[in-house]
Amino acid sequence: MAEVEKSREAKKQETPGNIITERIRTGRIYMPDVDISEDRDNLVLYADLPGAGDEDVSVTLENDVLTIEAKILPEKSDAHRLSHAEYGTGDYFRSFTINEPIDREKIEAKMKDGVLRIVLPKKEEAKPKQIKIHAG
Amino acid sequence: MARIGRIGLSWDPLREMEQLERDWSKLFSGFGRAAAVKYPPVNVFTSEEDVVVTSELPGVNPEDVDLTITGDVLTLKGTRRRQELGEGQTWHRRERGYGDFYRTIQLPYNVDSAKVEAKYNKGILRITLPRAEADKPRKISVKTA
Repeated sequence: MAEVEKSREAKKQETPGNIITERIRTGRIYMPDVDISEDRDNLVLYADLPGAGDEDVSVTLENDVLTIEAKILPEKSDAHRLSHAEYGTGDYFRSFTINEPIDREKIEAKMKDGVLRIVLPKKEEAKPKQIKIHAG
Repeated sequence: MARIGRIGLSWDPLREMEQLERDWSKLFSGFGRAAAVKYPPVNVFTSEEDVVVTSELPGVNPEDVDLTITGDVLTLKGTRRRQELGEGQTWHRRERGYGDFYRTIQLPYNVDSAKVEAKYNKGILRITLPRAEADKPRKISVKTA
């Protein structure tokens, strides 16, 4: 457990403003933390989107750019006063350039407990092929 | 150490067992700046009637979270399990933290521990802690003699 990865700000990070061009909604935008794994057949992406449900998240793959967006409504209560804050609530946005050809029809995205999991199946042509070497 | 919220003179939610927390946060990897960063982050909402503590804990099994109340201190303890790799998989990127966590939160008043409710939804833990009846302010009407 004591494995320490490279030093990193653990606080929720706001997305730098220059990444997003046209934005109509106001409010803060956060950059979700992600894990990405790959095997022969798929790229799998996990993103932490606490507070987001299925209906709040949109995933798009346009050209080579995979975009994750989630719209989060701030929690409001008239009776309560926010007396201590360590995290902010706002939308999520992050995009990635995918260098492998992806089979768009078979992309799967699921939300569970605030974690988005996207499976991006590689196109047949992108999969590594074992080349048999015949003895001459 | 930043101190943010304060109610009256006595309550400071960050007056926690900081050394103990630091030791625990070292266990929570993925966060190199363990001493400066607290995991999981919490927000505290208060009213006269109750305290609501919310915490961002995406992808955590609620069974792996332990909540205890001792007097006016709430303890939040648990584990965020690491995503295991399957056969033939490699990581491209690993940003999501995992490991054990431990936090103590000083509440502004004593709560009725029998009535505390905790819910986990969309990766957010929400704990509602009603104020203890004995601790509620009493309104005293002033009568003319």
